[in-house]
Amino acid sequence: MAEKINNRSVLFNPLSKNNPVVVQVLGICSVLAVTAKLEPAIVMGMSVIAVLAFSNVIISLLRNTIPTNIRIIVQLVVVAGLVVIVSQLLQAFAYDVSKQLSVFIGLIITNCILMGRLEAFAMANRPWPSFLDGIGNGIGYTIILVIVGFFRELLGSGTLLGYQVVPQWCYDHGYVNNGLMILPPMALVVVACIIWVHRSYNKDLQE
Amino acid sequence: MNKQSNIYTIVYIIVMVVVVGAALAFTAMSLKDRQQANADNDKRRQILSSVNITADAADLTQEFDKYITGQVVVNAQGDSVGSDAFSIKMEQQVKVPADSRLLPLYICSIDGSTKYIIPLYGQGLWGPIWGYISLNDDASTVYGAFFDHQGETPGLGAEITKDAFRDEFRNKELFKGDRFLPIAVVKAGLAPTTGEDYVNGISGGTITSKGVGSMLDECLKPYKNYLEKLRSK
Repeated sequence: MAEKINNRSVLFNPLSKNNPVVVQVLGICSVLAVTAKLEPAIVMGMSVIAVLAFSNVIISLLRNTIPTNIRIIVQLVVVAGLVVIVSQLLQAFAYDVSKQLSVFIGLIITNCILMGRLEAFAMANRPWPSFLDGIGNGIGYTIILVIVGFFRELLGSGTLLGYQVVPQWCYDHGYVNNGLMILPPMALVVVACIIWVHRSYNKDLQE
Repeated sequence: MNKQSNIYTIVYIIVMVVVVGAALAFTAMSLKDRQQANADNDKRRQILSSVNITADAADLTQEFDKYITGQVVVNAQGDSVGSDAFSIKMEQQVKVPADSRLLPLYICSIDGSTKYIIPLYGQGLWGPIWGYISLNDDASTVYGAFFDHQGETPGLGAEITKDAFRDEFRNKELFKGDRFLPIAVVKAGLAPTTGEDYVNGISGGTITSKGVGSMLDECLKPYKNYLEKLRSK
C-alpha cells in the first residue's frame, strides 16, 4: 500500500465514521441473533474482538505467501481454526462462559465482519495495523450490539443483564413488556434507528 | 518462485491443512481431561439442581457424594440391570427403542427423605434440551425439576431454565390412580382432556414448551414399571 497507514485512525475510525455494522453493513445477521438480551451481546462482542484481532494478525503475516485464487479458503481455515481453539480453551478453563456462549462461538465463523476485514485490510497491511484494525472493528461491532441489546432487553423483558429495572409499580398501572422487541425483526428496526441517528449526525455519510 | 502456480497452491493448501489439523488435534487431546472433568462436574451440578441444591464448583463432588446415596440402571421391564447411572449418556439412550433402553436413576436422600432423580433428554426448537426431574419417595409426586438447553431463543424458549417455569412442576403427580401420565405442558388457560397434571407452557416459546412436554412423555414412560415397583413397596 502506497499511502501511509495512520494507526490512530485505523483503531478509531471503525468506532463511528467507518463502523462495521452501521456504515459497512457487515455482521447484521449476528446482530439479529444475539441481542435479545444484553449479556450474550456483550460476550459475543468480546469474543469477536479477540478472534478478529488474532485472525487479522495471522492473515497479515501470511499475506505475501497466500496464492490469490485460494485466499478465501485460507482465510476461512484460519478463522475456523481459531474459533475452534478458542471454544476448546473455554470448555477447559472457563466452562460456564463456554456454556453461556454455546452456539454463538460457532456463529463467529460465519460473521461477515471477519471475512470482510481479512479481505479488505489484513491482506494488504502489516501485522500491527491489522491488529489495531481488528480491535477497532471489534469494538465498533460491540458498541452497536450493546446498544441494540440494551433497548431490546429493556423494552422486551423490562430487565437489564437479568436484573429487573422496570419497577413493579409500572406493571401495576398497566405497563406491559413489548414482546415484539424480543423477536428478530425488531433488531433490524433498532439498527435502522441507530443508522438514522448516526447519519443525521454525520452529514458526510449521507448518500 | 511463482506463487500463482498450481503446484505452489496445492503444496500450500496441504501444508496448511496439516498444520491446522495438527494444532486442533493437539489442543483437543491435551484439553480433553479437563473438559471431561468440567462436563462431569456440570452434570453433577444439574442433578443436584433438580433437588433444589446449589453447590459451589469447588465442593461439588463432595456435595454430590453426600446427597446422592445410590445409582441404579433399570430396564423398561422394571428390573435393575446395573449401578453406574452416571456414565450413561441420555442422548444415546433416547435413540434406542424404549423397551431396550438402559434407564439411569439416581437415589438421593435429603434430610432423611428419599428422592428419585430421572434424567430427561429431548428436542427444543433449535437444538437439544435436557433436564432432571426428581420424585418424592411415593415415586409419583414431583419434588423438583431442572431444565437446560443448547440454543433456545433468549427471552422465549430459553425461559425453561428459569425458576418460574421449574417451580410449576412441584407437587404434580405422575400417577393418577393407576394410570401413569407424565406431566403435560399446555398453553396457559387450557387443560389436557386426559386428566393428567399439567403446567403452563411459555408464551412465545411454543415449540420449546412442546419439546419439554414430549421429552417428559418420551423419557418418563419407560420408567413406568420400575416406578410401580417402588410404589408397591
